[in-house]
Amino acid sequence: MIQALREHPALRLVALMTPGAFWLAVFFLIPLGIMGVISFMSRDAQGFPAPPYTLSNYQNIIRDIRFAPSLSLEGGLSIRLFEGLYLDLFWRSIWISLVSTLITLVIAFPVALFMAQLPRRYRNLALFAVMIPFWTNFLVRTYALQFMLRGNGPINTLLRSLNLEPIELLFTPTAVLIGLVYGNLPFMILPLYTSLEKFDWTMIEAAHDLGANTWSAFTRVMLPLVSPGLVAGSILTFVPSIGSYITVDLMGGGRTNLIGYSIAQQFSASVNWPFGSALSLVMMIIVTIAAVIYFRSSRGGSRAVI
Amino acid sequence: MVLRIKSFAQGQPLSALSADTSICGGRGLSEFAVELRDVTKVFGEVVAVDHVSMGIRQGEFFAMLGPSGCGKTTSLRMIAGFERPTSGEVYIDGKPMGSTPPFRRDVNTVFQSYALFPHMTVEQNVGFGLEMKGVPRAEINRRVKEALELVRLPQMAKRYPRQMSGGQQQRVALARALVNRPKVLLLDEPLGALDAKLRKEMQIELKALQREVGITFVFVTHDQEEALSMSDRIAVFSKGKVLQIGTPLEIYERPNCRFVADFIGETNFIEGKVKQIDGEFAVLESDGRCFVGRAGEGLRVGAQASLSVRPEKAQLVEQPMNSANCYEVRVHSVAYVGSDTRVIVMLGDQHFDIWEQNSLSTLDPNYFFGPGERAWLVFRPENALILAE
Repeated sequence: MIQALREHPALRLVALMTPGAFWLAVFFLIPLGIMGVISFMSRDAQGFPAPPYTLSNYQNIIRDIRFAPSLSLEGGLSIRLFEGLYLDLFWRSIWISLVSTLITLVIAFPVALFMAQLPRRYRNLALFAVMIPFWTNFLVRTYALQFMLRGNGPINTLLRSLNLEPIELLFTPTAVLIGLVYGNLPFMILPLYTSLEKFDWTMIEAAHDLGANTWSAFTRVMLPLVSPGLVAGSILTFVPSIGSYITVDLMGGGRTNLIGYSIAQQFSASVNWPFGSALSLVMMIIVTIAAVIYFRSSRGGSRAVI
Repeated sequence: MVLRIKSFAQGQPLSALSADTSICGGRGLSEFAVELRDVTKVFGEVVAVDHVSMGIRQGEFFAMLGPSGCGKTTSLRMIAGFERPTSGEVYIDGKPMGSTPPFRRDVNTVFQSYALFPHMTVEQNVGFGLEMKGVPRAEINRRVKEALELVRLPQMAKRYPRQMSGGQQQRVALARALVNRPKVLLLDEPLGALDAKLRKEMQIELKALQREVGITFVFVTHDQEEALSMSDRIAVFSKGKVLQIGTPLEIYERPNCRFVADFIGETNFIEGKVKQIDGEFAVLESDGRCFVGRAGEGLRVGAQASLSVRPEKAQLVEQPMNSANCYEVRVHSVAYVGSDTRVIVMLGDQHFDIWEQNSLSTLDPNYFFGPGERAWLVFRPENALILAE
């Protein structure tokens, strides 16, 4: 049998794929299909999914969307053409996730750069340090973060001791952002580090040699060449942010509603599985489209390296 | 057995040797495209470049030659601006460089690994330097086209580097540097990654290219044959120091020390004591034999010295001759290599190499000396050099 596998690449492919394909089919594709079906169902008297089949769950998401152009300077410039309860929710989720991804990237890049330039024997130590937080339960870490941001927590105690006004952090959108950036940082650092570690520094010398200053060498040569890590890290950060629940719940205290939190509410407190399923699927489609656009736009750089 | 005694006619046009074999420096600035004045570079505990001074003339093809770790690449990197001298100063076109960053120096580098940008096409790679200088698009396109024609790759503009062979990538790297019309082109072992045949081709092409563009080339190599065949002048490096600067002829025919004689080409050394110095010539006594040769620099009577004789400058004869430097030897081994016959003889207990050019076409095996035969080794005093230890 081993001999047969050795001789037939197609057979080998099937043999290698089967365990993973089986696992994904049973625990991902089938539940996803069930969710798809539920999203077209109504609720019975207890609130559980039941026929008749309907489009109303999807209609509910888009029903209140209306044309309402507005320009607001509150919390940064925002120009809006449409508004609606769930449209706003999706829009806010995407926006906060984008901002958190960007902040994570800005923080992670120097760290990954530093790690990649360490002498080889210290690199594994640095990697280990980045992964240490994973040894503690995420919920516990989020509670610890809550403690940090509390009105009488260490940050405000420090501010008060410096005779500064204490700031209200916990249960604000800022707290949600801090939580998201904190939680996602390792997922940005690790792929970036992998790309930067392979980076050939002669490229930077070549760029300088050809008259590129530090900024040009960075943007024209380094960024395109490490874009695989950049893309991977950004997707690993952006996608979980949009669907995040624990962070939004504990850091936002229910006051900052994001789509992941809303979906959880539909499945628990509201006992409206069909509507929750419909929201989930719409979110999945939006995230997929966003990821595809992102991959496409950065393909030029990654193609050369992959 | 037929003997072949080469004509003792003067083989080398000695008048071609210029007087300037010494280290250049301290003269008019504009004469040199690049000048290093007492440059030292220390990495931690290691002295990579140790008080090096040299001047590279305008339009010259200058080679920095030496074994790995001799400081030649570090010197090149200091000219490019990738490293700063620990002490001393690098001048480019008469201007002290100080801490001028690489992107403000009028030099370009061809890297050993080529360092082409993998995410850019050939024309984007070649146009990068001009783009950084803010040259208008139309001019960039025109000059990139010219540069690719210069390196004979005009049809490759839209390719990516990874779609090209090593030799083609090398030409792109050359075009990318030359398109900027630098004052000086720095080449760091540019032919190191090519196979032997391509290497030979590129040596000729590179030399022709340098004549065509008239730019000063500074070329780092560990391959002495490459340095000899391409350069106008060579600086021989060892352990961070420049031992000798001179034309290929000077370096090969008049090495100023044992290291240079040994590193450039092949040579036989005979160690002994200086017995007598008489003007241009000196006598070395070794193992009871006296050898006459040209006196090198810094020779003193009674001091240890080495006699250096190139294998192609000695002959084997069947009968003793009444001349200086004629010694009985025993043939140890004979290797026929086509163009030459390489004979190793025993002079006392010492090996001595003799290369005889096979200028006669023959199938007669008796034409050559055979192992174990008795013979006489002869070389003219003019062809031997006595070097101080």
